[in-house]
Amino acid sequence: MSIEVTGVSKRFGDFVALEDVSVSIPSGRLTALLGPSGGGKSTLLRIIAGLERADAGTVGIEGLDATGLPARKRGVGFVFQHYAAFKHLTVRRNVAFGLEIRKRPKEEIRRRVDELLALVHLEQFADRLPAQLSGGQRQRMALARALAVEPKVLLLDEPFGALDAKVRKELREWLRRLHDEVHVTTVFVTHDQEEALEVADEIVVINDGRVEQIGTPDELYDSPANDFVMRFLGPVTQLGSQLVRPHDVAVAVGADDPDAVAGRVARVVRVGFEVRVEVSTGEQLVLATMTRTEFLRLGVDVGTTVSVRVVPGAPVVPVVPDGSPVRSGLEVHAG
Amino acid sequence: MGRGRGPGRWAARAVVTAYLVLLVAWPLWLVAQHTFADGLDQLRGIVDDPDVAHALRLTVVVAILSVVLNTVFGVGISLLIVRYRFPGRRLLNALLDVPLSVSPIVVGLALVLVYGGRSGWFGPALEDAGLQVVFATPGIVLATTFVALPLVIREVVPVLEEIGTEQEQAAQSLGATAGQTFRRITLPAIKWGVTYGVVLSLARSLGEFGAVKVVSGNVLGETRTATLVVEEKYLNFDQGGAYATAFLLALVAVACIVVVSIIRPKEEPR
Ligand SMILES: Nc1ncnc2c1ncn2[C@@H]1O[C@H](COP(=O)(O)OP(=O)(O)OP(=O)(O)O)[C@@H](O)[C@H]1O
Ligand SMILES: [Mg+2]
Repeated sequence: MSIEVTGVSKRFGDFVALEDVSVSIPSGRLTALLGPSGGGKSTLLRIIAGLERADAGTVGIEGLDATGLPARKRGVGFVFQHYAAFKHLTVRRNVAFGLEIRKRPKEEIRRRVDELLALVHLEQFADRLPAQLSGGQRQRMALARALAVEPKVLLLDEPFGALDAKVRKELREWLRRLHDEVHVTTVFVTHDQEEALEVADEIVVINDGRVEQIGTPDELYDSPANDFVMRFLGPVTQLGSQLVRPHDVAVAVGADDPDAVAGRVARVVRVGFEVRVEVSTGEQLVLATMTRTEFLRLGVDVGTTVSVRVVPGAPVVPVVPDGSPVRSGLEVHAG
Repeated sequence: MGRGRGPGRWAARAVVTAYLVLLVAWPLWLVAQHTFADGLDQLRGIVDDPDVAHALRLTVVVAILSVVLNTVFGVGISLLIVRYRFPGRRLLNALLDVPLSVSPIVVGLALVLVYGGRSGWFGPALEDAGLQVVFATPGIVLATTFVALPLVIREVVPVLEEIGTEQEQAAQSLGATAGQTFRRITLPAIKWGVTYGVVLSLARSLGEFGAVKVVSGNVLGETRTATLVVEEKYLNFDQGGAYATAFLLALVAVACIVVVSIIRPKEEPR
């Protein structure tokens, strides 16, 4: 294990930002800290980096107890959401900063910086100031700067959060490729489940200062530990007392299946290749999604009597009654 | 307001210009005019007067010392206020405006109460140790430093607040110590704030009169500063000498501000 967080708690005044968090992050992998805004992701990342001090618990990095170490001695590269570029230094001097601090020979610094600038495709911008770069370029510069000192682990706080959707997508594919090249243990924070599922080897889901689940994207998607994780990873709908994904809801005409629930088609919406069918079972509105071909083969329309059931083997999670008012059963996650 | 078009905009400009001319430019111009009424004679006269030359030297030395003190402590206090949370921080923040709001003459009297050679709190003890504060150069430096205290701080604090802590944290995670972070990251970022604060402090220090008058004792050739010379000459009907000295004082202060506004970059890189 490369990063070993044990029993970490952190309060800001009365507010509990992290409560007894334990996470093990494997070496050489790309791990995502995923969770909603305010869940404590940045706080955990900053505690690992030594930029924030935990109230309780320990942090180990590469087998070393780092709990009491200052940030500069942890061997951690940190990339900030808003780049934290050194505004008065050129791109080259930004990247060279850590090496200059370590008093490496000039020739070595020049060579290493050239390598890194090539790695992040910024060779032709070496002599510009950060203000003369685009957001994506600044972020790549920040990444090169963090990599320059050959950190044991690389931590990125919402590295693409401030960029537009297209650049974001490009950069995250690029990060994946870069990681496959460089192989440094990397942890990045995101609240975008698609980003985490697409890029990460491992995902740590954090909510309300607690770890909800740790696993590979497949594990999280196929066997979510609870309704929170299930809801967070994509659209869900409720059938009976179970939470299920809309594409795992099968709609059939003619009720010969004892597990199925009878209902009536209440609404049909077509979005591109996907058709959303809302079925009213009397007390619930269940959402089922299917391809257009499947929909045409089914041959139903608003008012048709149908039966709905969960596809056998599909992941389901019991709905936890938490005192909140009963939801409509129709829930499409934003983002 | 400045974006409006038509007569309103011109009227606004005219009012502002007239205000500044009547209040600042014209009076200063008249001082210059009086100085050069007889060509360079007046200026030569005061520069050749050993007592005036001594006063000018004393003023410069005092100003430099108090600017150095105010810069070092000003930057330190600014960092303390912006980067740390501690009990009494708001009180400290409010206290820093006192030198601007209290009349310099009150400052002078207060310093005499504390450091006065015979009856001050510390005065006698310091005097026994061989250090005379009041009626000597240290007192003048103290008084001048006191009145110019907030100027560096008020310039640096907003800049520190604006740059935030992320760059400093990035430097630390790249291995920089607190000292290296300050020298390589914080200082370059606040350098224009500090420069402006230094210039304002310098101008203020050169021109301080009230507090200095109380603590200096105004001894000719010893503790009489340039502003005190101006007053003395004016009261003794040596108007030419008074204007010439005043002109020199104003010249240095205006020159500082002009130089800085010329070398300051138009658009600071962000
Ligand atoms: N310095 C601080 N002082 C007080 N409260 C803080 C501080 N830093 C964080 N918090 C609080 O701790 C909680 C967790 O913050 P954190 O920044 O870790 O969230 P996050 O998961 O990174 O959210 P986001 O996705 O919005 O960045 C938030 O509710 C935040 O208000
Ligand atoms: Mg965050």
